[in-house]
Amino acid sequence: MLTILFDGIAYGMLLFVLAAGLSITLGLMNFINLAHGAFAMAGGYCTVILVNRLGVPFALGLPLAFVVTAAIGAVFERALYVHVYARSHLDQVLFTIGLVFMSVAAVDYVMGSSQQFVTIPQALQGQFNVFGIGMSKYRLLIILICGLLTVGLQLAISKTRFGSRLRAAVDDRRVARGLGINVGAVFAMTFAFGSGLAGLGGALGAEILGLDPTFPLKYMIYFLIVVAVGGTSSIIGPFLASILLGIADVAGKYYAPKLGAFVIYTIMIVVLIWRPQGLFARSASR
Amino acid sequence: MTEAGKDVATYLARRARWSPFEIAFWVLAFATIWLFPGKYLILTETAILGLFALSLDLILGYAGIISLGHAAFFGLAGYTAGLLAKYELINEPVLALLVSGLAAAALGFVTSFLVLRGSDLTRLMVTLGVALMLGELANRFSNFTGGADGLQGVSIAPIFGVFRFDMFGHNGYVYCLVILFICFLIARRMVYSPFGLSLRSLKGNPLRASAIGIPVNRRLIAIYTVSGGFAGIAGALLTQTTAFCSLDVFSFERSADLLLVLIIGGTGYLYGGLIGAVIYKFLQDWIASLTPQYWQFWIGFALVVIVLIGRERVEGWSAAARASIYRLGKGLGARSAPDGAAPKGH
Repeated sequence: MLTILFDGIAYGMLLFVLAAGLSITLGLMNFINLAHGAFAMAGGYCTVILVNRLGVPFALGLPLAFVVTAAIGAVFERALYVHVYARSHLDQVLFTIGLVFMSVAAVDYVMGSSQQFVTIPQALQGQFNVFGIGMSKYRLLIILICGLLTVGLQLAISKTRFGSRLRAAVDDRRVARGLGINVGAVFAMTFAFGSGLAGLGGALGAEILGLDPTFPLKYMIYFLIVVAVGGTSSIIGPFLASILLGIADVAGKYYAPKLGAFVIYTIMIVVLIWRPQGLFARSASR
Repeated sequence: MTEAGKDVATYLARRARWSPFEIAFWVLAFATIWLFPGKYLILTETAILGLFALSLDLILGYAGIISLGHAAFFGLAGYTAGLLAKYELINEPVLALLVSGLAAAALGFVTSFLVLRGSDLTRLMVTLGVALMLGELANRFSNFTGGADGLQGVSIAPIFGVFRFDMFGHNGYVYCLVILFICFLIARRMVYSPFGLSLRSLKGNPLRASAIGIPVNRRLIAIYTVSGGFAGIAGALLTQTTAFCSLDVFSFERSADLLLVLIIGGTGYLYGGLIGAVIYKFLQDWIASLTPQYWQFWIGFALVVIVLIGRERVEGWSAAARASIYRLGKGLGARSAPDGAAPKGH
């Protein structure tokens, strides 16, 4: 029982790191990015190549996954996404679905369609046993890293100058621009950082979520649930939504293996009908 | 009738006249029965895809609702048709088709209330969620649906007790084409009616549309229901012509591909879905013969390029092509419909 809770929290934390970038970009530019999972996949494969093939230590592989994915994100943002911000939602959806299809086929071509595993160092394998609860060391590490990241993100957004610019741009893009904030640059930075986070999440999660070319399609709905249920106006909303989703998913798979996904989709639809702006959103949102 | 009412009536009547281009399109469509006897399988798929895209166009092109889960209706009716035939509840295919379509329309009616609420993102999520939910349900009740193995052992009785579904797919194709044509006629009648005009106006600006007395929500519910029914008929046709139904009828890829089909052909006019389906199937066949495994890459590539070039521009080209074909038809002295004088509907 508590093990399920523990696994659920680890899973939820992971989902949060994966989806945090999406929630910010969506809130900031009102841009529906269905290709967010592709960046997570990029991070995962990057780690696989670095750690398994080139023999880079795991502890160095994770930050490298972040850096590489952030760089990819920045390039894509400047080269392609920039042209689509002002378009209709339909165009954005088509564009990002196209990117997803391309990434799926491209990764299949380069890496093959089989599932990939990151070699985890010996020290992280196995379990702790605390008060009769089996806690896998690796999941504990995930909770630790993701927890630190969450706190860091929250501090960065609420305390730093960049964070206040970001919040201003989310609240009202036009006024922020009028005050001399370079919204485009803020957005490019955020996009790159969010992609990097997704890449880090993909690298960390390769072990738990599984990594194969269909990753962006498989988890797209989960990221969207986190964002839609959590709302896009803060970090706390998506965070709580991720934890809830993680616990519900793990518990669902454990207690009702055949109905698990069904329950989650049902809850999502009910929440969206009940509060279209998200469970934890402020009432007045654009 | 008031003066304005008469104006609208004459305007609609003028627009609704059959142009030579349309007649040529359908003559050509039915001529394929004799022109390509060896290609019935892909032709059947194209006709079904065309009907499916037509149904999406009704809500996307005419009412402006973005859906990522149109496969929900397709799949529901596909399974309904399959189960009806498998357990011999309704043997007559045409009747089973109608029942399946009605089932999908009922789903459309129920889910339309969910779609009315919220922003584009909420709509995307809800439509996608409904399709995934149904897919999970079909997977869950595998004793009925066969789960991941698909619904097997379906045998479809002859149409009207006369026309058997032969192994070459000839009768199946004619059947699909006739159904497609009937559905097209209904859709055409609908979009050229005052009802269709009101849909266009509320797509343009829901607030103003309601200010001039159009019941926005009721119109959206109606068109969503009809669209669901058409998508359902397409799904039921697929099950009936292949005598098989699998979980991928609900898949996200199916809904996403459908968007591409519609975008290729152009949204907001009825032939968009049909022309898109022809081009899409042709491209898919061609690319799949070049790179069997990675054709999805080029599908994605097409989407990205179309959006980057600008959908309006692509649609502008196809509109220009249509116009020149139209002028050609007029030049040949066929019965012509003056179109330039009418105020544009959008």
